[in-house]
Amino acid sequence: MPTYNLKINGKQITVTADPDTPLLWILRDELNLVGTKFGCGIAQCGACTVHVDGVATRSCQLQVALLDKEEITTIEGLSEAGDHPLQEAWKQVDVPQCGYCQAGQIMTAASFLKQNPNPTTQEIREAMHGNLCRCASYNRIEKAVAMAAEKMS
Amino acid sequence: MKTTKSNLAFSRRNFLKTSALAGGGMIIGFNLFTACKTEAKPSIDIENLNFNDFNAFIKIADNGYVTIFSPNPEIGQGVKTAMPMIIAEELDVEWDKVHVVQAKYNKKEYTRQVAGGSLSIRFGWDALRQTGATTKQMLINAAAVKWGVDAATCSASKGIITNANGETLGYGEVVKEASTLEVPENVKLKKPSEYTIIGTDAINVDLDKIVTGKPLFGLDYKAEGMSYASVLRPPAFGQKLESFDDTETKKVTGVTDVIKFGDKVAVLASNTWAAMKGKKAIKAIWSSDEKLESTENHDKELNDILDGNDFTIRREDGNVKKAFTEADKIVERTYDSPFLPHNCLEPMNFYADVTPEKIHLVGPIQTPQWTAGRVAKLLERKKEEIELEMTRMGGGFGRRLYGDFALEAAEVSNLAKKPVKVVFSREDDMTDGIYRPAIKYRIAASIKEGKITGYHLKEAAINSNMYDLIPNFFPAGCIPNYKVSTKSYKSDITTGAWRAPYTNFLAFAEQTFFDELAQELEKDPVELRLELLQNVKNTTDDKIEYSGQRMENTIKLAAEKSNWSENKDGVYKGFAAYYSHNTHVAEVAEIELKDGLPVVKKIIAAVDCGIIINPTGAINQIQGGVLDGIGHAMYGDLSFKNGKPSHRNFDTYRLIRMNETPEVEVHFVKNELSPTGLGEPGLPPAGGAVANAIHKALSKRLYKQPFIKELQNSKTEVLG
Ligand code: FES
Ligand code: FES
Repeated sequence: MPTYNLKINGKQITVTADPDTPLLWILRDELNLVGTKFGCGIAQCGACTVHVDGVATRSCQLQVALLDKEEITTIEGLSEAGDHPLQEAWKQVDVPQCGYCQAGQIMTAASFLKQNPNPTTQEIREAMHGNLCRCASYNRIEKAVAMAAEKMS
Repeated sequence: MKTTKSNLAFSRRNFLKTSALAGGGMIIGFNLFTACKTEAKPSIDIENLNFNDFNAFIKIADNGYVTIFSPNPEIGQGVKTAMPMIIAEELDVEWDKVHVVQAKYNKKEYTRQVAGGSLSIRFGWDALRQTGATTKQMLINAAAVKWGVDAATCSASKGIITNANGETLGYGEVVKEASTLEVPENVKLKKPSEYTIIGTDAINVDLDKIVTGKPLFGLDYKAEGMSYASVLRPPAFGQKLESFDDTETKKVTGVTDVIKFGDKVAVLASNTWAAMKGKKAIKAIWSSDEKLESTENHDKELNDILDGNDFTIRREDGNVKKAFTEADKIVERTYDSPFLPHNCLEPMNFYADVTPEKIHLVGPIQTPQWTAGRVAKLLERKKEEIELEMTRMGGGFGRRLYGDFALEAAEVSNLAKKPVKVVFSREDDMTDGIYRPAIKYRIAASIKEGKITGYHLKEAAINSNMYDLIPNFFPAGCIPNYKVSTKSYKSDITTGAWRAPYTNFLAFAEQTFFDELAQELEKDPVELRLELLQNVKNTTDDKIEYSGQRMENTIKLAAEKSNWSENKDGVYKGFAAYYSHNTHVAEVAEIELKDGLPVVKKIIAAVDCGIIINPTGAINQIQGGVLDGIGHAMYGDLSFKNGKPSHRNFDTYRLIRMNETPEVEVHFVKNELSPTGLGEPGLPPAGGAVANAIHKALSKRLYKQPFIKELQNSKTEVLG
């Protein structure tokens, strides 16, 4: 099996894997970074969202062989002390119900706020539209993203 | 009277036991499962009890910090937060000194820890308060012994015990003594007006871990030497495995074993991806003895039931036949629902390690005791050999009651002789479901001289009919001649409980039917409900499940908060109210039109769920339930063709997403009654409220879910 050098959460990591293995399963099964979740495997739910060079990307669609020098950030590496403004807002608003989708939601929101630091409500709703929350905690996700945006600007 | 060890009341029936901890502090064990049953009469011999008989623990450290080990599975309903809040309230400690942890199973002292998924605040309310209050009394007694005073002259608050001389001791300072005292009985509980924790916002106890991505869920669980298993199951209900060829599977790097069991084949591998890839590479031949089922046949069968006369009568008041014969007018409508998959975002999964010595099971499960029993039976092992550990669940909605995935894991591990984690792909999860059954209702009402005189509800359902309490829900007791009849059609498709079982669709049917009746009678829909409820207020029928008065209060609150009687330009309002899971809920939906299609803008929900333990959690639950109700009424759709489900993943199966989500405003009816369910009752009225608003906007009645199909069909009609 080929080996790959990946840069994940600031660390250089070497993994051995079949070339078509999605990054999602490398993170979860090989590297114990289980904060990135599996929900659908076909880019429909957003539970597996990570950042590739700062851009929200579905790790279930990202074959390990296609990665080269990209910087990958997972929920575990979003902030050192778990205190990214979005994580703080998530706690303040008490967003999660079952919690399973939330890491993906936060990762999508983090990359979105980088591109659009002062979003309107409608822009937030559109940006977060790709992330499913089966528990439908949408009202609070919307509120928490808006709150974080305010704090960050 | 001085308090001594011997004159403290002691109850054999008590469900608590205490012990000093070697490292300092004390531990109080109690059996939440036994204690929380309504008819709780623990039949345990307290003297011979050891800690193995308990499943929940409170640890009080000598610095006064309290740890509550909750055995309760967390599905997302917030019980893992709410239940400890109740204990902490009566124990009288500050919430920020309380730490809640999911009791670990694999430590010696917690063996045989199991808890029922059906444990709810409703059943736990008395037991949890008793536990907290008893522990507090024990600490007070210990302080009294230390001071040599009568315990009755001492009191405790916020973790500090005070005597008549104003001397104080912290809980942590008396734990050693307390652990040697007998357990007091008949302790006094607080009045709701004295609560300082219950009724305040406490954030989800797992919140930190959730937002930083720490392992919590079943899918995150790992054990030494574990293989991942992907299971190939018959693609259509009613099919059997004839033969299979695994040549290509074995070529997949990482695949270690291919194991046939029953009509299924498990592919084991060193990682999930390889297991899934290996499964896809199997070439299987399937057969079936009988004709495979399709929604077309189901429709015909269910319609035949409704047209026929062969029903079980579930409740009958007065003389419905006579009322219908004498009526000025009869209104009759038929309502139609599809199957629904649960679609928990965390796909089904379970870990099993079956060895000659024991069976270790870990994963997300709502029914640990039942499932452990079934695994024991399946593998012909003793129940005592099974250890079952629960993880947090990425959604339940009823799907994780069934444990089929745990049985698969156990069977595969037993055959493979290694620890195995079975992981469903989304496709497995959606196509091997235990679905909300497709149901049809036919409701008829007789009207005479402007009054509803008779009401007949007929249910035709796949596999099973409504449970016994439902025929006693609204409008039972409101209409003099009332009847509920049911009949089911036996199908190969596996069906079961789905969030708010039966009422999730029934409420839509009834609540839109009443909207039509109001229109027929030229009455305001809210007025009609309030008028009908007067008839049930003084009922002597103890079978009636709901309260006329509480429903009236709830409806009035919703009407007030939504300004029901005021009209806003371009905003169309719909109303529905429903009682389920002991909670009364009324909802007003506001919609607007965009390109001729309705957009749900806002839901105003009024809820009577008794005392609210944790308002932020309660609001979250109601919001989630309402949106879930709207989402599935609008989009939820699963049908079958030749035994195969019509959808496999979220590319074609539509769930509600943020941009389709209205704001949900939640108001609670304030009272001091026992707390009731929150996870489910927000859902049933939502679809009806939206459908009734759609009728206002488009003058179109909806009789079938999902609405989106009906609306798109009619839109094409309009556009020609
Ligand atoms: S798992 Fe990647 S989008 Fe759903
Ligand atoms: S909180 Fe359960 S899926 Fe989002």
